[in-house]
Amino acid sequence: MTQQQALQEYLLRLADSDMILGQRLSELTGKAPALEEEMASMNVALDLVGQARNWYEYAAELIDDGRSADNLCFLRDAHDYRNLLMVEQPNGDYAVTIARQFFFDVWHYFTLKSLTNASDERIAGIAAKAVKEATYHLRRSSEWVKRMGDGTEESHRRIQDAFNLLWRFTGELVTPDEVDHAMFKAGIGPDPEQLKQDWFGMVREVAAQATLTTGAEDAWMYMGGKRGEHTEHLGHILAVMQFLPRAYPDATTW
Amino acid sequence: MNEREPSSVDVLIASDRVPANARPELLTEEAIWELLDNVKDPEVPAVSVVELGIIRSVEWDGKHLSVDVTPTYSGCPATELIEELIVEAMRAAGIRDPQINRVLTPAWTTDWITEEGREKLRAFGIAPPQGSASKMSLLGADEVIACPLCGSENSERISEFGSTACKALYRCLDCREPFDYFKCI
Repeated sequence: MTQQQALQEYLLRLADSDMILGQRLSELTGKAPALEEEMASMNVALDLVGQARNWYEYAAELIDDGRSADNLCFLRDAHDYRNLLMVEQPNGDYAVTIARQFFFDVWHYFTLKSLTNASDERIAGIAAKAVKEATYHLRRSSEWVKRMGDGTEESHRRIQDAFNLLWRFTGELVTPDEVDHAMFKAGIGPDPEQLKQDWFGMVREVAAQATLTTGAEDAWMYMGGKRGEHTEHLGHILAVMQFLPRAYPDATTW
Repeated sequence: MNEREPSSVDVLIASDRVPANARPELLTEEAIWELLDNVKDPEVPAVSVVELGIIRSVEWDGKHLSVDVTPTYSGCPATELIEELIVEAMRAAGIRDPQINRVLTPAWTTDWITEEGREKLRAFGIAPPQGSASKMSLLGADEVIACPLCGSENSERISEFGSTACKALYRCLDCREPFDYFKCI
């Protein structure tokens, strides 16, 4: 794999994870447990979709095969998607939605923070903007984890169940592969070892404050999203997300 | 130069029409900034795009105009509309084919909202951003936000996210009114 190929893969991972989580959160429109939470979820979704667009646009320029940012988003099938398995998991009850968001936000925050120093100026610029938004996302999701964990017996049980349910997808966030190593070597991506330390550090700190327990670092983990091997949920998300642009390919006004 | 300030609606109606009697070559760069100051943020119409600090630079040689605009948030849904409103306002002043460049770097910060813009936000009922964005802590304590309606600092945060991405939702514990806070970023 050349460095250019690794860079394209890496951009698609960032874009796809943002996009799929944005789409997942959008499913809560009209269904969130409280009006304030509905607005918060939509705001986070909007930030993520906006960030996805910035990454897709850069990826489309580098791939340079005539496909646009929209094209990359709406006309690739599940095996071409490179998002983390975590973000395609269903919303579940609100504790699952929040736990998923928290695990992702911690990863997202430290990844973006590191990317602001990327040797690639375009990436550093997009990350510098995105990290400000991700900071608010993390503030909110970590506060919810604490409130639920240190709340009632019922809320504690639910968020602990959510942690247990989703723990199997956390390994992928902090386990580097060929692309991650290549990006670190190129002075673009984060130091995989540092990212892992930062992620566990913050997750354990917040979990302790929330009176929650976390799983083992060496627990068996589901991985594969980053190379296109997904859980059964992604195809269903894409079916909903891509239906309109596939049915009306040249529509520009809705 | 402007007998009356054009509203967004006037500007929209004027789309694609360059007035026959327009003499854009007489416009100074300062006059261009004044025209831009009449373009309001469609989501927060109390402030102009200039007061919001999203116009990063203007290049004008009497014939060609190039404006650098930076989005407030990555996913701000008003980005395209704001760019269109700017183009239409410039055309209404007789400038043909104004060029709008979307720039991401350096990333927009609420520190760029002008003093005048902050006052207008407050008068509109939105608490302006407090302090410097660079000093915002990740998991630190909440800032003290003064109620834009009664001025009381006895307020509490209801939600980190309000009616738009740039705002948080607060409640005044004295006058009991909920209000938006334009958060630091």
